[in-house]
Amino acid sequence: MSQTASSHAELDPCKALPFPMAVLPVLRNPQLRKNVAHAIDVIQAKRGKLVAEKTDWQELRAAASAIRAHALENLGAYLEQFEERCTVAGGTVHWAADADEARRIILDLLRQEKASEVIKIKTMTSAEIQLNPFLEANGVSAFETDLAEIILQLGEQEPSHIVVPALHVNRSQVREIFARRMGLKNLSDDPKELTNAARTYLRQKFLSIPTAISGANFLIAETGSVAVVESEGNGRMCLTLPRTMITLAGIEKVLPRFQDLEVMLQLLARSATGERMNPYTSLWTGVTAGDGPQSFHVVLLDNGRSSILAKPRQRQTLKCIRCAACMNACPVYRQTGGHAYGSVYPGPIGAILTPQLMRMKYARSLPYASSLCGACYEVCPVKINIPEVLLELRAQVVNQERREGDRLFDPMYMGLRIANLLFSRAWLFHAAQRLGRIGLGLFTRKDGWIHSLPSIGAKWTQTRDLRGLPDESFHEWWAKRPQPDEEAL
Amino acid sequence: MRASLFITCYNDTLYPETGRAVVRLLERLGVDVDFHPQQTCCGQMHANTGFRSEAFSQAKRFVRLYQEAETVVIPSSSCVAMMRDQYPGLFEELGNEELRRQYAALLPRVFELSEFLIDRLGVEDVGASFPHRVTYHASCHGVRALHLGERPYRLLAKVRGLALAPLANVDRCCGFGGTFSVKNAEVSSAMLAVKLQDVIATGAEYCTALDNSCLMHLGGAMHRQYAGMKTIHLAEILASTEDAPAEATL
Repeated sequence: MSQTASSHAELDPCKALPFPMAVLPVLRNPQLRKNVAHAIDVIQAKRGKLVAEKTDWQELRAAASAIRAHALENLGAYLEQFEERCTVAGGTVHWAADADEARRIILDLLRQEKASEVIKIKTMTSAEIQLNPFLEANGVSAFETDLAEIILQLGEQEPSHIVVPALHVNRSQVREIFARRMGLKNLSDDPKELTNAARTYLRQKFLSIPTAISGANFLIAETGSVAVVESEGNGRMCLTLPRTMITLAGIEKVLPRFQDLEVMLQLLARSATGERMNPYTSLWTGVTAGDGPQSFHVVLLDNGRSSILAKPRQRQTLKCIRCAACMNACPVYRQTGGHAYGSVYPGPIGAILTPQLMRMKYARSLPYASSLCGACYEVCPVKINIPEVLLELRAQVVNQERREGDRLFDPMYMGLRIANLLFSRAWLFHAAQRLGRIGLGLFTRKDGWIHSLPSIGAKWTQTRDLRGLPDESFHEWWAKRPQPDEEAL
Repeated sequence: MRASLFITCYNDTLYPETGRAVVRLLERLGVDVDFHPQQTCCGQMHANTGFRSEAFSQAKRFVRLYQEAETVVIPSSSCVAMMRDQYPGLFEELGNEELRRQYAALLPRVFELSEFLIDRLGVEDVGASFPHRVTYHASCHGVRALHLGERPYRLLAKVRGLALAPLANVDRCCGFGGTFSVKNAEVSSAMLAVKLQDVIATGAEYCTALDNSCLMHLGGAMHRQYAGMKTIHLAEILASTEDAPAEATL
């Protein structure tokens, strides 16, 4: 069926345009920018209110950060514990080193079930491994059941946010997609009517397809349980009605103890959707006779995660609980939305996670897709210092590009090399200031301002003027000042 | 009290009036101001672009030049943030224990201007006069790295004749971000456009901040768009008196 066509293919970091180019169509799209800014402002306002009412918010963040850091430092042990407890409870745990292995494991399981259709819920990780196009190519139709994911799948669009994937689509656009794909010509854009249309579409899938794939918000090592939180109840249907359930989870999702959920769920709901608690929190442990799926598999995916874990400064990236608070707070994301990041993980967390998952071979423009304003770190419920990781990755990009030598004559590289030389000797720096005064003087108009510069300077003057250099630098003024003593010279 | 002024590379080159204002202000408050002519740059531009070894040589230079200073005053919150947040990592990465120790001893004596006035000198009323409508842009590094909080507002509140116009979304980035403004010029410009709407909506004559980098960005767009508003560093407002008004107003 065409409606299951590769819904995430264009978010492949290997094929994505560099960020500064990918943003251009978005920045020129008033509808998209308006949708994104509006949606984010609504979430941000709700979040702000609910965070403010928690007097122990900073203590909760510190606890969550410590829990996640501890889990990562002992990841091997906790994963083995999870496997053991999950197996005892009747589940089967599979280990996938990379996307390819995970896809094969899932396809084999579906073939054992003789499944030609599968329903899916809450699994960004499946988009990371581009599962849908793979299943499609192997004769299995995958149906998303999260409302936003349905909108995207039917509209053949990409997710642009990790919690609100269809954030860039407004109500009338949803109406258009549903009317066209569900054959409902008289559908209005009344939210009630739209959700009813989705409900009718979904119920038929839930009742007829006995195999499901889910993601996981958390894996609990102590009990072998899986936790999924969601807002609609579609997840609950998808997790309980099928005969067979396959849960795909990144290895970093593990929490040591059941009681750690107490901290995590408080932070996650407030950070993600601005709610005190998620409307639906589903928790299950293996299989229960006569209740829910009778065959349960967990696929634990590495796909680059253990290489991130091995790097102490970058390891904090894996603390992420996918709440999206960082992108909601990000002034860059607010202008660009998610698609320009060329990955299922957009925004500040995507800017650090995607290039690392790609082992720095792709998505190298993403660490630069930030003004380093720090708003992401301020809101992160698990205290990932995203600016710090961005800087670490930028240093790696520069080292790589230097090794490869392809940026030797790049104006910015040359400029920074020259600047470094100048900053190493004050007399050179001062000589350069004098030279700069002459050089920039050629571009300075009578009003004392520069309106247009060549080369990399044009990137500045395309939207901003620059005041011409003053006749006298500060240190020149200081040197001419009557000095009370001569020691400063 | 003796304070050594680290003017920063771009203030020295582009905004000497800010440095002159700091000197005038501090001397008026009885501080003995000192200026080390060998100073250049803190290394922020290099570190933030990924040129870590270059940033290290500038960090080393800063520590060596100022290790004897009684206090260091810097009229730029992003440069102070560079020192506080990034120097330790640079020195650790390069395994230079001696520098790390010297830096640790120096750090408590390094102040951003508003910190120096309020925390070190203990003054809020610096005797300034600036009879204009002003809005304050809280730069990202001042808000989230240095946690300057109410300090700039407390200083502004005591300036004679100044009417402070509150700025909506005050902690939202102006889009400058150093080399971000040219590497991602279009996104930077989009962020700037949104910021400028809020700034213009205040109806202020002047937009002030503790970072000339943000002000260069905002001011560059104001000039391009004939927005009828000017930028001015907070130091210049605080240095301004009835007898000697700020240079920007002349």
